[in-house]
Amino acid sequence: MKEFFHSVTLNEDKCVGCTNCVKRCPTEAIRIRNGKAFIASERCIDCGECIRICPHHAKRARYTHMDALDKFTYKIALPAPTLYGQFNNLDDIDYVLTGLRQMGFDQVYEVSRAAELVSEATRKMMYNTEMGVNLPRPVISSACPAVVRLIRVRFPDLCDHVLPLKSPMETAAGMAKKEAMEKTGLPEEQIGCFFITPCPAKVTDIKMPLVIEKSCVDGAIAISEVFPQLSHKMDHLECIEPIANSGIIGVGWSTSGGESAALLNEKYLAADGIENVIRVLEEVEDERIGDLDFIELNACAGGCVGGVLCVENPYVAKARIQRLRKYLPVSQNHLAGGPVPTEMEWEEELEFSNVMTLSSDLGEAMRMMVEIDNIEEELPGLDCGACGAPTCRAFAEDVVKGACRKTDCVFVYRKQMQKVAETLGELEGWTPSKEDGE
Amino acid sequence: MSMLHLEYQVPGDDFTRAGEASGDVKHKLKKLGYEPDAIRRVAIAMYEGEINLVIHGGGGEAVVDVDPDRVDIALIDQGPGIPDVEQAMQAGWSTAPDNVRALGFGAGMGLPNMKKYTDEMTIDSTVGVGTTVKMTVIPGRKG
Repeated sequence: MKEFFHSVTLNEDKCVGCTNCVKRCPTEAIRIRNGKAFIASERCIDCGECIRICPHHAKRARYTHMDALDKFTYKIALPAPTLYGQFNNLDDIDYVLTGLRQMGFDQVYEVSRAAELVSEATRKMMYNTEMGVNLPRPVISSACPAVVRLIRVRFPDLCDHVLPLKSPMETAAGMAKKEAMEKTGLPEEQIGCFFITPCPAKVTDIKMPLVIEKSCVDGAIAISEVFPQLSHKMDHLECIEPIANSGIIGVGWSTSGGESAALLNEKYLAADGIENVIRVLEEVEDERIGDLDFIELNACAGGCVGGVLCVENPYVAKARIQRLRKYLPVSQNHLAGGPVPTEMEWEEELEFSNVMTLSSDLGEAMRMMVEIDNIEEELPGLDCGACGAPTCRAFAEDVVKGACRKTDCVFVYRKQMQKVAETLGELEGWTPSKEDGE
Repeated sequence: MSMLHLEYQVPGDDFTRAGEASGDVKHKLKKLGYEPDAIRRVAIAMYEGEINLVIHGGGGEAVVDVDPDRVDIALIDQGPGIPDVEQAMQAGWSTAPDNVRALGFGAGMGLPNMKKYTDEMTIDSTVGVGTTVKMTVIPGRKG
């Protein structure tokens, strides 16, 4: 089994052992152990909720830094369209793209260009039955890596509903590299592609991709890292290069509902924010949502503009992008006729990972469940988090798994101490003499 | 005696809570690593039954027994009862009032769907006394 890489990590010095992140985590991956947060690697989906909630800034995202560019002869920036929403009074995307060039990138390739191709490929796969593609409905978007990872660990039955197309980031990297190799004659190793990312899930998606062998992207730099230098460069531009080449559809992917709108079919649902995403997935699983072709899910509120590595309030960014899109053409990038190019499709199937199950043996798991139910009855049901688990139920599970003791619950501990005190009380006035003990 | 016995009270006429019991059963079956298709069928059939308790039964009780080779679900209410079970089993036949239909329920697919997704189903109903629906899902069957 591959070792896990996670973008989301803990700064132990800053962690005070409060339970904010423990309670927030959608996969119950965090516990407090020895006074510090501990993230169970196999459960973490890198959604970044813990980074967002931590009042002590002890959770952080690992990402690539600008000095990583030096390793490559030819450097390509792949800006997520979310980047455009970070700047006030922006009326021309080329300001941003030229600014990136000034920061040391030889080429800038908008991810929104590839997003337009992914939208077209999705339409082909969903509605062009002559191509022999018959995707189970509703089709669930595969663009948000946190959502795909969530489905992988919590929704076994929905794995085959996920759209088997690579993300716009991945497609953009493949195309940009190919173009650059033709243009410069350089070998692939000397060309570096860097995604300008709104979220840690994308960082993980590059380092540990799920449905492809290896990512074409060489690094992901946080929007918050490029922002100060980029805005400075943008203030001092001498000429603006005409780089921007995407339309309403591509840029729209940055906000919730953008990907769906690009399907040009109204039978869709777009949900954002991790709790809402989970509620929708539960209902899809129970076949309670009928008559929908497509479901777009974004782990962050507002969509990618809500990513924890953004600098601007997601709704402000959304309003800006709305205004920016207004004067753009609908779409500037198109696929050639015929089937969807194979390089845009997944290389492997999305396989369910049973990291949430109690035991790989059903009988054993059932015995454990009965024990968990019994222990839960002894617990106060306050979900106070003092034990370091998100809920009493999760704590009972940890006890049965042997990860902690029942007396780690302060209420159980108090009861136990009362019993001890009562026993001692009964012995009051009677002290064993030395002879008795010897 | 089943290996795992679960009981739920389902309140009547409360649509905000409908699905809590079936949701909990689904969650537990997933924790157990139960066969995914069986989980799906239990979740769908039990949710439909739970909705019936809410709409028609005036609330009631859901009892679930889980064993490695079968899941038994019993939905028990003291509601008005079903005068003609055979008619109620027909797709599209419903007695749901308009306000319930406005919520998207009452399409007359509840009982037929429950039968479709389970391996065994019996309905025991007496007018004025109540209804008990028993369903069994066996992993590896149907699907």
